[in-house]
Amino acid sequence: MAQTLLQVEDLHTQFFTRRGVVRAVDGVSLHIDAGETLGVVGESGCGKTMTALSVLRLVPDPGRITSGRILFRGRDVTKMTDDEIRDFRGNDVAMIFQDPMTSLNPVTKIGSQIEEAMTAHKRFSPQEAGVRVIQLLKRVRVPAAERRVSDYPHQFSGGMRQRAMIAMGLANEPSLLIADEPTTALDVTVQAQIIDLLKQLNRELGTAMMLITHNMALVASLCERVVVMYAGRVVEEGPVERIFKSPQHPYTWSLLRSVPRVDELRKDRLVSIKGLPPDLSNAPPGCKFHPRCPFVIDRCKREEPELAEVAPNQVARCWVLMRNVPEEAAEVTKQVVISEEAAKKLQEIPGAGS
Amino acid sequence: MQAAERQAATVAKTDPIILRVEGAYKYFPVGGLGGLSVRAVDGVDLEIRRGETMGLVGESGCGKSTLARLITALLPVTGGKITFEGQTISTLRGRSLRRIRRKIQMIFQDPFASLDPRMTVGDIIAEPLDNFNIGNHKQRMARVQELLRLVGLNPNFTNRYPHEFSGGQRQRIGIARALAVNPSFIVCDEAVSALDVSIQAQIINLLQDLQREFHLTYLFIAHDLAVVRHLSDRIAVMYLGKVVETADRRSIYEAPQHPYTRALLSSIPVPDPGIERNRAPITLKGEIPSPVNPPSGCRFHPRCPIARAPGICSDQEPPLEPHGHAGQLAACHFAGQI
Repeated sequence: MAQTLLQVEDLHTQFFTRRGVVRAVDGVSLHIDAGETLGVVGESGCGKTMTALSVLRLVPDPGRITSGRILFRGRDVTKMTDDEIRDFRGNDVAMIFQDPMTSLNPVTKIGSQIEEAMTAHKRFSPQEAGVRVIQLLKRVRVPAAERRVSDYPHQFSGGMRQRAMIAMGLANEPSLLIADEPTTALDVTVQAQIIDLLKQLNRELGTAMMLITHNMALVASLCERVVVMYAGRVVEEGPVERIFKSPQHPYTWSLLRSVPRVDELRKDRLVSIKGLPPDLSNAPPGCKFHPRCPFVIDRCKREEPELAEVAPNQVARCWVLMRNVPEEAAEVTKQVVISEEAAKKLQEIPGAGS
Repeated sequence: MQAAERQAATVAKTDPIILRVEGAYKYFPVGGLGGLSVRAVDGVDLEIRRGETMGLVGESGCGKSTLARLITALLPVTGGKITFEGQTISTLRGRSLRRIRRKIQMIFQDPFASLDPRMTVGDIIAEPLDNFNIGNHKQRMARVQELLRLVGLNPNFTNRYPHEFSGGQRQRIGIARALAVNPSFIVCDEAVSALDVSIQAQIINLLQDLQREFHLTYLFIAHDLAVVRHLSDRIAVMYLGKVVETADRRSIYEAPQHPYTRALLSSIPVPDPGIERNRAPITLKGEIPSPVNPPSGCRFHPRCPIARAPGICSDQEPPLEPHGHAGQLAACHFAGQI
C-alpha cells in the first residue's frame, strides 16, 4: 500500500455573492497517494479548479472553505497558520496553470523568477539557487538553458513558458504537483511534448500529480486514477482502465461519447448532453445531473444518491448505473435535433429565398 | 456508415467545385527597412466541392485563419486567384461582391467577442437581412424566430442581450446569424473550440444537421484534428503558409504521406488508457520558424525527422502532387516514407 499524501474529506467551498451562496465545491472527498497521478475531470464550473485552489488555500474572494478537512501527510491544511501555509505552498504542493503568460511576471527574467521561488522558501542559498535554476531548466528540456535563464517571458514561446512554469513548480521539490489544464492553450505537437515531460518527471522524481482537465484523452494518457466531477460533487471515481472501459455514471458515459476520437471514424452522431450545467446557487433537488440525464427515473428527482461501490475500486453516484441501461435505450442520445418541416419552413420565408 | 462514407465519396466525385483557390498569397508588411513581410499565406491551392465539408488543420500561425479571411473576401489577396461559383472573388467590386458575400458566411471562434453586447439577439440575427435588404420588418422578425427555433433556442428570446446566454447558446446565435441570408458556403473558424465538451457535441451535431437540410458546403477550420476528422469529408493540412497535404478523412489517418501530418496525428491522445500506454508521438525538433523568413526548400525541413539537409529538402521546394491513395496530394520529396 502506498502512503496517502493528500486526503480531502467532505470539502465545502462556497462563494457568498449578492445573488446568494454558490456551492462551488459541495462535499468533495478524494485522496492522492505518494507518487500517484490523479485526473480530476469535468466541465467549466464543476468545481475542479476550486477544489485544487482550496487545497492550497488560495480560494479567491468572496469564496471560502466552509467545512471539511484537507489532510496533507496527516496535517490539516485548513488549520495551518499563515506562516505554515506559506511554507506548505511550493515546498509540499506546487501548482501550474493553463496560461503561462499570465502566470509569469513580464518584467522579470525567467531565471530570477525561478530563483525567487527557491530563495523565498530558504531551502537553497542564493548561490545554490543560481546553479539550480539552470539544472531545472535543463530538466524540463529548455534548450540552451545557460543562455535562456536571462530571457524575459515574452522571448519564450508558449511551450517554453509552460516548461519554465513547470521548472518553477519543481524548484523546491514538492511531493505533489497540481496541474490545471497545463496543455489547453498549447498546439498539439507542443502539448505532446509537455505530456511527455510530465510523465517523465513523475517517473523520475516520484512527484505525485493532480491533473485538472476537461480532456478525457489527456487523463487516459497521464493518469492512473480519475475523479469525475459535476456541479461541485464527485460523481464517479476509479482506475482509468475501469472508468474508460465501463463507466457507470451517465455523465461519465456521455462525456466519453461526446468527443470524437482521432483514431476512429464514427458511424453515428456524437452523444450530446442536453441543456446546461446547473446554477450552483440554485442546484436542482435529487441528483444534480437528473435534468440533463437521458436515463432519469423518478427517484433521481427526489433523492440524491450516495457514492457507492459499483466494482472493485470504482464508485459512482447514481440510482440507475449504465450497466442497467439497455443498448437500445442509449441510442436516444443521438436523435436528430432539426426536423425537416422546420428546415423547409425556413427556406420558404418570402424575400429570404436565395 | 459505410453509407455515409459512400455518400461522401459520391459528393466528392460528382459535385462541381464551388470554391477554388489558386496560388493564393497574402503578405502583411511588417514595416521597417528592407520591406519585410509576414508571409501568412504563401502559395495555397485548394478545391472545395459543393456539399462537402473541407477540414483545414494546422498549428497557430500556419495561416489557416488568414486563408479563411481571403476566402470570405474580408481581406484582399496579395497574389493569386480565388473563384467562387466561377466568379473571381479577388476582382469583384460593388454589387457583385455583395452578392457573393451573401452566399459565403462565417461562424467565429469566440462567441463572446463576435456578438455586439449592445444589440438584442433579434437585431444581431436580423442584421444580415437588413444589410441585404431582405424582406420587411415583419418578415425579418418572423425569420429571426424561425432561425432561433432552428438552432434550438427559444423563439421568444429576440429581445434579450448576448450576456444573458451561455457560450454554447451564443454560438447558436452566431450560427443563426450566419444562416439568416441562406448562404451556400459557410466558413467555421474554430467554431467549437471555445466550448465545453458536452456543448461542443451539441454544436457539432447541429452543424451536421444544418448541412444535410440546407445542402451547405463547409470549410471547417480547427486545430483539433479529432473534431475535424469527425466532421470533414476531406482534410487539408497547413504548415507555415502552405498546404502540405490533402486527403479524404480515411486516408489522412490511415496513410498520411507528409511527415508533418504524421507528427500531428501521432501527437493527439485518445481516450483509451490501453492505447495511450503504447502511443509514441513523433517529436518535432525546435519550433515553428518565423513566417517573415521561412526556411529554404521545403519549409518543414529544419524540423523534419526524415529530411535530407543539406540536400534536396533544403534546396528544392516540393510541389503538392498525388501520392498515396486516390485524390491524395502531398508536398514532400519523400512522401509516404516515414
